[in-house]
Amino acid sequence: MSPAAFIFLAVILFVIGAVGVLVRRNMILIFMSVELMLNACNLAFVSFARLHGNLDGQVVAFFVMVVAAAEVVVGLAILMAIYRARRSASVDDANLLKY
Amino acid sequence: MTTVAATGVLRASWLLLAFPVFGAAVLLIGGRFTDKWGHLLGVLMSLASFVYGVIAFFTLLSYNGNRSVDLHMYSWIPVNGFQANIGILLDPLSISFVLLITGVGSLILIYSVGYMAHDAERRRFFGFLNLFIAAMLLLVLSDNYLGLYVGWEGVGLASYLLIGFWQFKPTAAVAAKKAFVVNRVGDAGLTLAIMLMFAEFGTFNFFGFNGSKGVFDLAGSGGTGVASAIGLLLLLGACGKSAQVPLQSWLLDAMEGPTPVSALIHAATMVTAGVYLIVRSNPIFNDAPTAQLAVTVVGAVTLLFGAIIGCAKDDIKKALAGSTMSQIGYMTLAAGLGPAGYVFAIAHLLTHGFFKAGLFLGAGSVMHGMDDEVNMRRYGGLRKFLPITYVTFGLGYLAIIGIPPFSGFFTKDGIIDAAWEKGGTSGWILAACAIIGAGITAFYMSRVMLMTWYGPKRWEENGVLGGAGAHPAGTEPHVPHPHESSLVMTIPMILLAIGSVAAGWFLIVNSRFADFLKPVVGLPPESHGIWTWPGIITLILVVLGVGVAWAIYGRVPVAAVAPRGTAVTHAARADLYGDAFNESVLMRPGQWLTRLSVYFDSRGVDGLVNGLAATIGGSSGRLRRLQSGFVRSYALSMLIGAVLLVAGLLVVRL
Repeated sequence: MSPAAFIFLAVILFVIGAVGVLVRRNMILIFMSVELMLNACNLAFVSFARLHGNLDGQVVAFFVMVVAAAEVVVGLAILMAIYRARRSASVDDANLLKY
Repeated sequence: MTTVAATGVLRASWLLLAFPVFGAAVLLIGGRFTDKWGHLLGVLMSLASFVYGVIAFFTLLSYNGNRSVDLHMYSWIPVNGFQANIGILLDPLSISFVLLITGVGSLILIYSVGYMAHDAERRRFFGFLNLFIAAMLLLVLSDNYLGLYVGWEGVGLASYLLIGFWQFKPTAAVAAKKAFVVNRVGDAGLTLAIMLMFAEFGTFNFFGFNGSKGVFDLAGSGGTGVASAIGLLLLLGACGKSAQVPLQSWLLDAMEGPTPVSALIHAATMVTAGVYLIVRSNPIFNDAPTAQLAVTVVGAVTLLFGAIIGCAKDDIKKALAGSTMSQIGYMTLAAGLGPAGYVFAIAHLLTHGFFKAGLFLGAGSVMHGMDDEVNMRRYGGLRKFLPITYVTFGLGYLAIIGIPPFSGFFTKDGIIDAAWEKGGTSGWILAACAIIGAGITAFYMSRVMLMTWYGPKRWEENGVLGGAGAHPAGTEPHVPHPHESSLVMTIPMILLAIGSVAAGWFLIVNSRFADFLKPVVGLPPESHGIWTWPGIITLILVVLGVGVAWAIYGRVPVAAVAPRGTAVTHAARADLYGDAFNESVLMRPGQWLTRLSVYFDSRGVDGLVNGLAATIGGSSGRLRRLQSGFVRSYALSMLIGAVLLVAGLLVVRL
């Protein structure tokens, strides 16, 4: 089994996620893009695990999922707080922390 | 000469130093608690030192043959190869100084009890005087150059504190600073001399002890060059402390201090420390003819310099200060003549200690009675009002101008004789300077005498305004009521007057002092008796000087305001342009140098440092703009960074 197809898919998903983070303003969409990037990584990990025939990559993929879940909990909470305060979910509106 | 360890009563010779140190410590640390009895403690400590000095003197006299006793006190800096000890050397030379310092010092302290009676800070004054006596004793008693140096700096400090004792007077504060700064120049010479000694001989001690060798044992081993270098550096030190040309400018200003200070420090003891230094270092100078010649030249120039300044001053203390310079010039001249002159240098130093201290105390007594007026043109006819002061001052006057049989005659003629005997062109020139100086001395001292004590009284018509800030400006001119001082002031003057009458005869006749000092300085060549040709010429010139003074200041009334005078008078009034010389040659170029380095510092060094800081600050300000607050731009920079890292990694790998 050639991993090339899986890796290409992972790269494409990662790039879509990265572009999404860079070009979208809505925080929820940015979150989703981040999840996309994480899962692209997961795909790469699992593919390589399968290629090498050991479970290390699978384990890392689980870790990534757990961390992603935790991150989403905290991130959405922050998002809610910002939305309540500023009536906006745009990241460009939350730019007070600067020079 | 060999030195033996102290035994018997001399083992306690540290007491000489301990008494005044104790007095100074109690008075200066005790503060106002000691105000009531502080002056008495000061006098007592000085007297105690004197009593012990007398005991030590007679103990030394009882030693036949070896009269050089060393008391090792403790090791100050014991490092391998660098042994600095504190020790006391009692020998004929140092014991002579001990008796002068503690004896005359005690008399002046007693006098000060009366003189400073109305000064709120009298206790502090006595504390400083005790400090001075302790430092001066350390200077003359130390058995090595390092201890001598400590004393040397100690007397410099005491002199500074006492000149500036009335520091509320700006002139006094400035004079104190000036004395300190000028002395620093001389001290640099002494410091270098001591360093050179250590570099060449590896020791500071005067004499060897327990088999080791001292500086004086090794003086000849370094060659004439080394001895000359050390000698010239020591001379520089002596010039600073003894107010010899070219470091003479501070002494006249030092008269801003209280009069007892002028008498003790700036006439009798401290300013003669330079002469002590040269005479003590005689084994070095004996090997260095160049240095000896320099010493005699400095002495001859200073004795004329001081005498000429003394002729033009209307301030009685400054006239006496010029005279002090001149008399120390005589001593320095004698000290440069080698074994022929050492004895006379020290003998003149001792008699000068008596008569000059007496003259200064007399001047202080006059000022005391005249509301601190120092201008002699406002004196006149005072002999009726201060009879005791007049007599003691007069005896001092006869002593200083060298009328036989008063003490100055014996000692000063000894110096002139020794210069004459030196022979050769230099001897003739030196003797001529000394003889002319004696004539000028007679002139200016007679001038002081006539202006102060004779003629009509000049203080009423001129309306003396109280001096020394006694009365605020603008108050009514008030007429002083000159009066004789109290017993506590007159008795010291009487005792000093006895010294000025008899000391010279006692020391010189039968070569008493020469035999006493022989172990330290060697025996002078056979004396030609009291009456010699140069002595007779001197006496004629002295009579001439007195006559001229009488013609100018006795026969005709003294003008109340100083006349314009000739160019020479102007020069003498300006201290022969000593200050102007220092200012134009040393002070101005020094200021230029300072300004130049300040300019270089502010423009060059600061410019570099500040420029660098400004560059970094400016670029940081621009770099700061990257922190825009937009999360997505941060994300982009992170992505670019990550891509660059990966790209870099790939480039390295592939």
